[in-house]
Amino acid sequence: MRWNLVNCRRVNISVLPCLLVIIICCNRPPERFSFGRPATQREIDSVNISITPDGKGLPPGVGHVAEGKALFIAKCAPCHGPTGTEVPQYRLVATPNDTTHAKAIGNYWPYATTLYDYIRRAMPFNAPGSLSNVEVYHLTAFLLYSNQLIDSNRVISARTLPNIVMPARKWYVNDDRHGGNEVR
Amino acid sequence: MKQDQIKRRTLLRAAAVTALGSLVPGLSARQMPEAAPEDPTKVPGTPVGRLGTRSPFEQPQKKASDISARSPLQDFYGIITPSDLHFERSHNGVPRIDPQKYELLIHGMVERPMVFTLKDLKRFPALSRIAFIECSGNFRSGKTTMTPQEICGLTSQSEWTGVMLSTLFREVGVSPKATWFLAEGSDAAVMTRSIPVRKGWEDAMIAYAQNGEAIRPEQGYPARLFLPGWEGNTNVKWIRRIELSDQPFMTREETSKYTETIKDGKIRQFSFDMDARSIITYPSYPQTVEKGWIEIRGLAWSGRGKITSVEVSTDAGKHWHVATLQEPVLDKAHTAFRYGWYWDGQNTEIMSRAVDDTGYTQPTLQQLVNARGTDMGGYHLNPVTAWIIQRDGTVLFKPEKFR
Repeated sequence: MRWNLVNCRRVNISVLPCLLVIIICCNRPPERFSFGRPATQREIDSVNISITPDGKGLPPGVGHVAEGKALFIAKCAPCHGPTGTEVPQYRLVATPNDTTHAKAIGNYWPYATTLYDYIRRAMPFNAPGSLSNVEVYHLTAFLLYSNQLIDSNRVISARTLPNIVMPARKWYVNDDRHGGNEVR
Repeated sequence: MKQDQIKRRTLLRAAAVTALGSLVPGLSARQMPEAAPEDPTKVPGTPVGRLGTRSPFEQPQKKASDISARSPLQDFYGIITPSDLHFERSHNGVPRIDPQKYELLIHGMVERPMVFTLKDLKRFPALSRIAFIECSGNFRSGKTTMTPQEICGLTSQSEWTGVMLSTLFREVGVSPKATWFLAEGSDAAVMTRSIPVRKGWEDAMIAYAQNGEAIRPEQGYPARLFLPGWEGNTNVKWIRRIELSDQPFMTREETSKYTETIKDGKIRQFSFDMDARSIITYPSYPQTVEKGWIEIRGLAWSGRGKITSVEVSTDAGKHWHVATLQEPVLDKAHTAFRYGWYWDGQNTEIMSRAVDDTGYTQPTLQQLVNARGTDMGGYHLNPVTAWIIQRDGTVLFKPEKFR
């Protein structure tokens, strides 16, 4: 759009302000092009799976640790190991007093809602998007329990999940690099 | 059930192989180039064809792992990465998307939620820009026998063409109260990142073309988000949805990944800008050199602006000399540099450091450790990279330990 402005300025210098006004009116890019079509609420709802840390977007349903464990063994253990600790690069469960500081949900993830969002989006790796909303709640409950963040009888839902305080949350800071003559 | 037992690594490898599918048919032919005739002026040449080819004597290739493939930086001339050698990183393979069915939905805190087809996107004013994209996890070390490709091959540069996101923001009427937007891909990971709205107004683009042709599947066909100078992961490929919001979504890729531990146990998040960096690509491992004049060549870039200078040391960092920058020197772009050096045949170390127009100087690994601590994470590491030149002309990478 810059070329339009450049053209206009050139005309301006060449003494014809009235003509300039006309040219600008005809040549300026419109505020809107009216390309594309309006999205219906229905189609937005059909693809909108985002979840915010305050729980907005979490679907109805309730998850239980026991059901989650069974699902985990069946669908997640092939990659993550039976307890989520066996495969270092896909480690999910933080063990207490772990001196290797291996990053896992319990010691690195700042929000519990992310767990639900990510499992629903991307897991299981060989069948993404195949879990029901309730199955995702079950798995979320099991993984929170395995990381010692909830008791075995705690149920996970849209109401309870956002209230779980993740231990790593307090360590997160925003980027403090600004360029310039300093290394951060 | 059988599928469930497949090891994830195998799956990843399978995905990588699929992603590289376009390369595979050419491989066998390339491995055995037909012998060139003794005198090419005495035999008719190959007839004209529909597609150009690489000389069978040239075999640049990406180096693929399970999850990414690195650009052969040492094989490049100038600043444009050939599209089939652009680095790749995907989170569950490269999706196959029908351009006729492609749609981009923009909704959330907007006046008019809209859907744009690929054809719609191409009707808007088109802009082209040459800039790099670099993965923020782009530093490998640990042994002397490493090439530039292996050390930092997750950076590449293209001419990207598309519609400015600001144009689409005006089209949908983004609320002045919106501060973040979610960018979502239509890959099997439905990968998402939260991006500050200001970047959308500033210089973000929905790119549908790369180096003069439709964007390659590995780079996001038919359309991707392009955020000049920002870490590669935020440049969401195969983009299908943008949701305007007043808070970040805290997705997995901006919390448990793409964040880095720094000092005092802190974890740094939303580290978008790629800091200035450079690397000498010639001479580098496994090349060899001869005593005499050597043109040291390399690439420098900064996600914050233009490269203002590159300095080269040929005596292990004791003295630094200003290298010549090859025009064009573009904003947030790979910039080629060179420095003429007479090598006396003695053991030495050569290295380069870039300075950008914010005044930032590429740090040493030690400076990064000093700033971030020994527990520093693997993202956003841009240290000065040294090559050891040995008396016999062999060139080795100089790995430095920091953990």
